[in-house]
Amino acid sequence: MQGLEFSVVFENMNILLHGMFWTVVLCSSASLLSIVVAVVLAMTGISKLKPLRSATFFFLWVFRGTPLLLQLFLFYFGLPQIGLYLSPIITGIIGLTLHFGVYNADVLRAGILGVETGQHEASRSLGLSYFQTMRKVIIPQALRNVSPAVGNNLIALLKESSLVSIITVPELTLSAQRAISETFRPFEFYFAAGALYYVVNWGLEFILQRVEARTALTR
Amino acid sequence: MSGRSAGFRFIPGGTTIEETAVDYQLIIKVAPFFAKAAWSTVVVSFLSFALGLSIAFPAAFCRLSQNRFLQIPARVYVSVFRGTPCLIQLFVIYFGGPQIGIQLEPFMAGVLGLGINIGSYMTESIRGAILAVSRGQTEASRSLGLNKFQTMRKVVLPQAAGLMISPLGVNTIALIKGSSLVSAISVLELAYTAHRFTNSTYRPFEMFILASTFYLVIITLTSKAIRNLNGRFAYEK
Repeated sequence: MQGLEFSVVFENMNILLHGMFWTVVLCSSASLLSIVVAVVLAMTGISKLKPLRSATFFFLWVFRGTPLLLQLFLFYFGLPQIGLYLSPIITGIIGLTLHFGVYNADVLRAGILGVETGQHEASRSLGLSYFQTMRKVIIPQALRNVSPAVGNNLIALLKESSLVSIITVPELTLSAQRAISETFRPFEFYFAAGALYYVVNWGLEFILQRVEARTALTR
Repeated sequence: MSGRSAGFRFIPGGTTIEETAVDYQLIIKVAPFFAKAAWSTVVVSFLSFALGLSIAFPAAFCRLSQNRFLQIPARVYVSVFRGTPCLIQLFVIYFGGPQIGIQLEPFMAGVLGLGINIGSYMTESIRGAILAVSRGQTEASRSLGLNKFQTMRKVVLPQAAGLMISPLGVNTIALIKGSSLVSAISVLELAYTAHRFTNSTYRPFEMFILASTFYLVIITLTSKAIRNLNGRFAYEK
């Protein structure tokens, strides 16, 4: 038994903060991109073309039914196999984006179907095309309706982003591991990393609350 | 680090293979190993599920209690374990444990970590279901002379049971997918097997397809079972 010594954490705090910075970068870009992916997948999921719809459902089913870890393995090892050599960070962003894009697509599809059909009819009869209707009328309303559920997914994204450490992305978890390999103090550093995740999580929840309050309908 | 090693060792840049056709023979050859690994995924998930549920029920009651000494610890438990990544929790238990005198086998550490983690989510599911039972039910049964415990056991819980199945089901599916994380502390289950065979054969697509198929089967069957159970509890109108 080694005993605990938390002062080493403070001596190596810059390593952890550096990792935390990359976690924030990683999560914010993956969050935004995942919403873009979600919009595309939600559109193809309600398309009139049956093959497109079936392909989307198959894609969603596979990505929802398999763990993120496995998907990250696929991208990390698989992309070089087809000639795409990307940095671990980009690979991590792609993995998180697709995984959470699928979750958000599910939520968003329900949101789009939840917008009154009258809205669609009205904007079509005002002369807007299908895509204009979607882009300017339906999707903004759908996004507002589903923003709490999307927010939950983004919180999950933050926590799951720790997995990309396994494909050597230098974020918070991997920084903790690096500090541990120098100091041999796993308990202290993993505990500190957990605390930092908790702080970021708090910040994210605060932002999401603000966004929800901003976009909520004033009735 | 008390001689403990992480589950993964990557060989960076080691994947340069020209062939891209799917190698079916390889899939057939390694399938038995994956089937065995799928069984351990099921075992790990089931044990963590049982542990999670046995933590979540008492925690949910504490969370709902008026007594501060019960409520606050339950609140802290839920907030901390839902607010930090499961992977970090597993690492603290497995790698950090020996430092405070708790030396667990990977399998035990994995089940413990996953169970405690999913327990915090389940606590909220159960609490939500209990709160969703209308307040009038409690008032009516109290005024009929049943005490607090009788009210909970005979009136509120039977009604809450139906309501908690689908949120607990969502937690369970998340748990099965999350069980892949224990591969990072070298528990030999599906994800770890997929990773090992990827490293030794450099055929990521085949290994991904194989492991995914097993996960998809497990998850599809589980969600079907949950839907059946939910249908049975559905309130007949």
